[in-house]
Amino acid sequence: MDQLQNYLFIAAALFSLGLFAVITRRNAVAVLMGVELILNSANVNFLAFSRFGGMNFDGHVFALFVIIMAAAEAAVALAIIINLYNNYQSINVDEASQLKR
Amino acid sequence: MSEFLFWFMTAMTIGSALIVVLHSNLFYSALALVVTLFGVAGFYVFLWADFLAGVQVLIYIGGILILILFGIMLTNKISSVNISHSNFHQSIAAVIVLGIFSILGWMILRTPWLLIVQQEPEQTVGKIGRLLMTEYLLPFEVASVLLLTALIGAAMLSRKAN
Repeated sequence: MDQLQNYLFIAAALFSLGLFAVITRRNAVAVLMGVELILNSANVNFLAFSRFGGMNFDGHVFALFVIIMAAAEAAVALAIIINLYNNYQSINVDEASQLKR
Repeated sequence: MSEFLFWFMTAMTIGSALIVVLHSNLFYSALALVVTLFGVAGFYVFLWADFLAGVQVLIYIGGILILILFGIMLTNKISSVNISHSNFHQSIAAVIVLGIFSILGWMILRTPWLLIVQQEPEQTVGKIGRLLMTEYLLPFEVASVLLLTALIGAAMLSRKAN
């Protein structure tokens, strides 16, 4: 468990799964969940490199900023998704070719 | 003991992430995402980032996930079948994603990582706070402005047009 490679592999697996969700899912909320998985994998990488590369806390601050960005992104994305639902009565990202109807 | 805990958490995190990605019912996907985020918070603890583990539980699970659940419930009629959804091109996407994962794995195994052995720090919160107030003061302020902008923008966007 005290090995950098373990954490990097976990982060790579989370990233791949998130990317899979972003590619295959049609529901916009599911795509958003895939993006959250990708952001989490980036955070694991930041903290792993911080822990095994000298523990100078820069990685911690970066991970904190990533979490802040994720909060802002989720709020705006859900506002857009709800708008989309009001306009189209569905949140299938393939059908949404226009923001206004 | 902690070795066992680590591998248990790995299995839990990856397994629930698989449910997030593959389950046809979106509501169960969101609930599995709770487990994934808790597992990631556990990895933060293993990586000596106890403060960030707390932040992860508070903001991700307490904030973002509640938002996502609201999004699911507001955009689906629970009684309708529409809460599940079809996926497409899964086999092509699986090939692409497996390719990317194997490239990443090859890179991880082949790179000679420079490791600096360190003692576990006595405190993390104070050091993060000091960095935020000195070296990262400008990004910190920009992040607060960004959060305010996102808040106003989200409220503007989700308001019904009259």
